[in-house]
Amino acid sequence: MGKKQTSGADALIQSLHKEGVELVFGYPGGAALHIYDALFNQTEVEHILVRHEQGAVHAADGYARSTGKPGVALVTSGPGATNAITGLATAFMDSIPVVVISGQVRSELIGTDSFQETDMIGVSRPIVKHSYLVQKAEDIPEIVKKAFYIATTGRPGPVVIDVPKDFTDPNHTFNFTYPDEISMRSYKPAKTGDSKQIKKAVDLILEAKKPVIYSGGGVIQDNASFELTELARLLKFPITNTLMGLGAFPGTDPQFLGMLGMHGTYEANMAMHEADLIIAVGARFDDRITNDPKQFALGAKKIHIDVDPASLSKIIHAEVPIAGSAKECLLALISQLSKEEIDANKLDPWLKKIDNWRREHGLNHSMLEIVPENGKILPQQVIQSLYKETEGKAFITSDVGQHQMFAAQYYFFDKPRQWINSGGLGTMGFGLPSAMGVQFAFPKETVACVTGEGSIQMCIQELSTCFQYGLPIKIINLNNAALGMVKQWQDMQYGGRHSSSTYENSLPDFCALSESYGHIGIKVTQLAELEPAMKECISMKDKLVFLDVDVDPDEHVYPMLEAGNAMDYMHLSKNKKTW
Amino acid sequence: MKRVIALLMENQPGALSRVVGLFSQRGYNIETLIVAPTTDPTLSRLIMSTNGDERIVQQITKQLDKLIDVVTVVDLGESDFVETELMLVKLNKNSITSDEIEKFEGKIVFEDNEIINLQFVGEPDKLGKLVKELSKKEPLEIVRSGSLGISSNSNTLAI
Repeated sequence: MGKKQTSGADALIQSLHKEGVELVFGYPGGAALHIYDALFNQTEVEHILVRHEQGAVHAADGYARSTGKPGVALVTSGPGATNAITGLATAFMDSIPVVVISGQVRSELIGTDSFQETDMIGVSRPIVKHSYLVQKAEDIPEIVKKAFYIATTGRPGPVVIDVPKDFTDPNHTFNFTYPDEISMRSYKPAKTGDSKQIKKAVDLILEAKKPVIYSGGGVIQDNASFELTELARLLKFPITNTLMGLGAFPGTDPQFLGMLGMHGTYEANMAMHEADLIIAVGARFDDRITNDPKQFALGAKKIHIDVDPASLSKIIHAEVPIAGSAKECLLALISQLSKEEIDANKLDPWLKKIDNWRREHGLNHSMLEIVPENGKILPQQVIQSLYKETEGKAFITSDVGQHQMFAAQYYFFDKPRQWINSGGLGTMGFGLPSAMGVQFAFPKETVACVTGEGSIQMCIQELSTCFQYGLPIKIINLNNAALGMVKQWQDMQYGGRHSSSTYENSLPDFCALSESYGHIGIKVTQLAELEPAMKECISMKDKLVFLDVDVDPDEHVYPMLEAGNAMDYMHLSKNKKTW
Repeated sequence: MKRVIALLMENQPGALSRVVGLFSQRGYNIETLIVAPTTDPTLSRLIMSTNGDERIVQQITKQLDKLIDVVTVVDLGESDFVETELMLVKLNKNSITSDEIEKFEGKIVFEDNEIINLQFVGEPDKLGKLVKELSKKEPLEIVRSGSLGISSNSNTLAI
């Protein structure tokens, strides 16, 4: 490889190119200007100008979640860096490979409270997998190599590279070489699971009479959906996915129990509660799953596969903890189990029981046939209409709240990376910018952002970015004129006192707003209009359409776990519960 | 119960703040903390004592190990180990006799007409008892280093 003289800024962009980065989402500012000038002088890495740094990180995050490749955001120092924090925390909680490059004030000014100075390394420390403060320009290629390696391997996560302005100065040049490989003595992520543990897992699997597979985002991150599906089919075990794991196993498959947890299906939560064996793969027994961990699935032995050893037995003790990549561990299990004789008939009573649960209190997936007496559109009907019109094939991003849960419950995701939402941090404002990242990665696919009038207003400025780059995102706004999930909790736990969860007629006309940004707006107020409007919305392949649907403001999301109890304590409707 | 954890970490700016930050972030408690260079200039050794049951200490070591800058980490209590601490005590010269200093196994590291500085080395529990004894002498200042630990078998904390 020939050596050439480059500045730190050029070296940074060249390093990104070497990592295969095609898109960088960002926003310029003083400390990043040398980097922006280097971007201007080349064509290999395209820069997408967002309208707020939070949008840049969410867009990079959406790109990463939909493609499996790391997403990159570029921001300036000070407010640019702090605006990126929510995006970083979102990516951190969901273990998404994102690299955020932040400009920093000149190195000699660090610590002097200079203009637009923030200790980005300090501020971001608890919400990144790792971070680097560049100490000299010549270190940039190796730091970029390490940053991408760390972000994408093991349990993935965001990495920050903070670059003082003087180290990108065009007047300081050096020989650019990019390392082919990197090896770090302090970072060796687990790969294959311990074979003795795999053997123990096989023994438990063969003994199980009431098993359930519980898989999470780790399976999607590790591209192990094929292996997961193969294992589930081989064993004929019922399977449930977490909010982050939807799409890892086909949502339309009869073996699938739907999502579990706080707003999981009755059959999934009951199956977890009564199981004698839980096989957790790439899931972390989050509090939205377990409800009270002391009462969680007491009759079940647990096999826990996770690439992060610190996740094992962190919340729920696992009889068989296996540290390793989901894919490798699943392959090892399949290979061992293929040699065994599997008597699927012994599962019959268990599967029958699950079928009964499903029949008793399963979700109604024919909501479109219902005509509500009050004449209001049910939010679930909008999701089903979206599912129908997109034939289940769209990328769906969501914001956070009731609409997110309805989308997770009522859209069947048959493929991994099709469902993109902020599960861990629960970041309102994530939906639209993450949809931009997805649409950039898949320009020809339908990308719909399911949102609410609360969430969409948290990053609505990105409508301008969508117009600049011609992104034909479909925004499906479940407009209940209230912060629906907050209001639901206030209804259920605070005697219906709606403290600051409604807007007193201050909402904008979203259609007019979208039109002023150069997009199309469609308003729906009657059920009869819903399906034709959805059809029109989805059919406009080259336009961003804002479909603003007035939905029943009094609808709640059910089932809902009753806090402080086991997983079988569920509210099933406003006047029905399991206890 | 009290546990002593030792680790080697990259001698990088910010590495210590990641370790310390982890404790506050995850609600773990640090009783004592010592950081010092090793014979390998690229590594620092950090020894901390903390309180917690088996499960919490296991979580702490796993979370520490997860930090990118941490090269290796060990809960010294998993095998036999020696724990020792250094203590410096400042007293009024006339408040302690040389016989008492000898009895307490102290070493005079400074003295003039008014002040005497004594150095004590020993297990933290022993030093704790000594502090009680010395408090009768109305010491002007007591400075403890926190625990140092080393395993007492052939295992070494090295890379």
